[in-house]
Amino acid sequence: MALKTEHFVLNLGPLHPSTHGVFRLRATLDGEVIVDIEPVLGYLHRGIEKLAEGCTYKQNIPFTDRLDYLASMSNNLPYVMAVEKLAEITVPERAEYLRVIMVELQRIVSHLIAVGTFVQDLGAMGTPLLYMFREREKILDLFEMVCGQRLTYNYMRFGGVSHDIPDEFLPALAKFVDRMPGFIDEYDQLLAENEILLARTKGVGILPKDLAINISASGPVLRASGVKWDIRKADPYSVYDRFEFDIPTGSISDAYDRYRVRIEEMRQCVRILRQAMEQLPKGKVLTEVPLKLRPPAGEVYAHIEAPKGELGFYLVSDNSDKPYRFHIRAPALINLTALRQMLIGWKLADAIIVFGSIDICLGEVDR
Amino acid sequence: MAVSKRYSYSDTELDRYEGGVIEALKARSGEAIPDPDEWLDEDLSQNILLTTVDAVLNWARRSALWPVVCFPACCAFEFIAIAASRWDFARFGMEVVRASPRQADLMITAGTLTWKMAPQVKRIYDQMAEPKWVIAMGACGISGGLFKGSYSVVPGYNRIVPVDVYVPGCPPRPETLLHGIMMLHKKIAKRSLMQEGK
Amino acid sequence: MTVALSGKEMAGKLEAQFPASIIESSRASLIVKSEFLLRIAWYFKATPGFDFDYLSSITAVDYGNYFELVYHLVSLEHNHSLVLKTRCYERDEPVVPSLVSLWQGADFQEREIYDLMGIRFDGHPNMKRIFLWDGFQGHPLRKDYSDGT
Repeated sequence: MALKTEHFVLNLGPLHPSTHGVFRLRATLDGEVIVDIEPVLGYLHRGIEKLAEGCTYKQNIPFTDRLDYLASMSNNLPYVMAVEKLAEITVPERAEYLRVIMVELQRIVSHLIAVGTFVQDLGAMGTPLLYMFREREKILDLFEMVCGQRLTYNYMRFGGVSHDIPDEFLPALAKFVDRMPGFIDEYDQLLAENEILLARTKGVGILPKDLAINISASGPVLRASGVKWDIRKADPYSVYDRFEFDIPTGSISDAYDRYRVRIEEMRQCVRILRQAMEQLPKGKVLTEVPLKLRPPAGEVYAHIEAPKGELGFYLVSDNSDKPYRFHIRAPALINLTALRQMLIGWKLADAIIVFGSIDICLGEVDR
Repeated sequence: MAVSKRYSYSDTELDRYEGGVIEALKARSGEAIPDPDEWLDEDLSQNILLTTVDAVLNWARRSALWPVVCFPACCAFEFIAIAASRWDFARFGMEVVRASPRQADLMITAGTLTWKMAPQVKRIYDQMAEPKWVIAMGACGISGGLFKGSYSVVPGYNRIVPVDVYVPGCPPRPETLLHGIMMLHKKIAKRSLMQEGK
Repeated sequence: MTVALSGKEMAGKLEAQFPASIIESSRASLIVKSEFLLRIAWYFKATPGFDFDYLSSITAVDYGNYFELVYHLVSLEHNHSLVLKTRCYERDEPVVPSLVSLWQGADFQEREIYDLMGIRFDGHPNMKRIFLWDGFQGHPLRKDYSDGT
């Protein structure tokens, strides 16, 4: 006699320890197997794009801090770049280097949290995440030195950065840069060949190359699928064309590859930081710009390789002191599109792993 | 399994129901809920018999405040920072962050609250066992902060749940949050059994 | 360096294939009529030499008497980009064709535009609000939106 079965809907989130914020999944299950999923978003939709239309260009910098709150520096950069492009403001060379230093440090922070929470979801409760928080705190101390804040920096300005670095910054950075490769080796020892990690991530959540491109994935998710696309190389901004670094890519396009790409990217960040420290020129860090900036009418799109992928700002100016339209191309939102395709046919337990391997930040997804 | 182009989940009925819940809560939450502090100034001399019992009970309660998972946004990472080794709130018996509201005493509202999220937060608060406390962490938790004027943001958690302690900052530094927790300890110390059930 | 293709040159190439399909073209962008959007997008995606395999971002702008949809196309193979636009003059029930059939990356972004700007995408498999809840009145990113406070 055949048993009568039917699909049922399971709700996961929005407040769930492994949803990295307020993400919600509505999963249709056949037993334990996922038949279909629907990400339900918007639990952190703060309406930044609308609020930004009512604030002046300068007032909008703090909003960008709170998009991807794990990478505030990286969010500042494309916005100020967009306005600089629109208003044709030149940036002093020293400021460009400082921006690169901050953004690369921020990439390390973001990847540390991504990897740490990812392995935490796998069951490595506490230990690796606490190790990664140790290094994260060191970087946050560096940020605190330059701008006084730990999480939301508001450091970059049109035409440069708000403050020059204090004297103690470079020695502290040098010390950090010397020690960081050792820390990354430590994570590798803990995790890279860990049997549980391998068993649960190898071959799980495969995102084939052509699908990754079709789905507009970006950042480590795209690169883990074997696409050598990094905006720092493909469309160099700031002074990235002066540094030597590699683009790590994956080959199997699974969750493990995404983890590996992030670990390798941290090593590349250290490489870039070393070169930036060596080349750091002396001079001004801020060009004078009018307090009430009125860029000429027009539109502009500026994008950077943020830790989570291509972060872009599309601005429309009508020659007033407020942007007419302020749109954010959020990498995490678009990477999430891939989730459904990666999960259908897999067990529910894999959903958490695949979701963790995408590395989203709800502040940026929902805006 | 092949992925179909069609979406099988477009459950509009469920969406409509959930939208209705949000609208209903929004309509009910026009006014801020008064902070539960009326008993702080009360004369405690009438209940001499109970003061020792109160002292022991309150000591026990404040020494093991288990927080519930309620981390909508940025402040969550400062909260995690005080959970990590550098600030280590295990010193105050708080390291067990509970995913189940039934095992928690304290809600630290780390982040912006949107109307879409509000029914869930209210439900979690309602599910927590008495006695329970709420710390509104950060500018968004207090008043909506930077996003106060937005169409989708609740102007402060006190529209939804009664708040005991407000911790300012955007986000507050871990020390600030620890100070807020100390303030809550002091507040708990003033509680008396006489007020229970009032 | 990603080469931004000139909208003017593209317009010249399109004119023979799709007569009377172009509203405007400039150095920075190419504006096409919405009824041709799907075919032109397909042309850019499939024609060797263009190979726009990557839809970087979609957004919409409310200009008062019309909505403008902005598509940023990139070719990862040739490392060039193009800003493709279309316009929608309807205000009460604006509809434009969906590009999900060409680039699945359009899925959430089109839903976002529908949610915040109120433009419906014809052919989208799951056209409903994404950030706001069912029953929310209005579309906040429209310039005439007011939440009643």
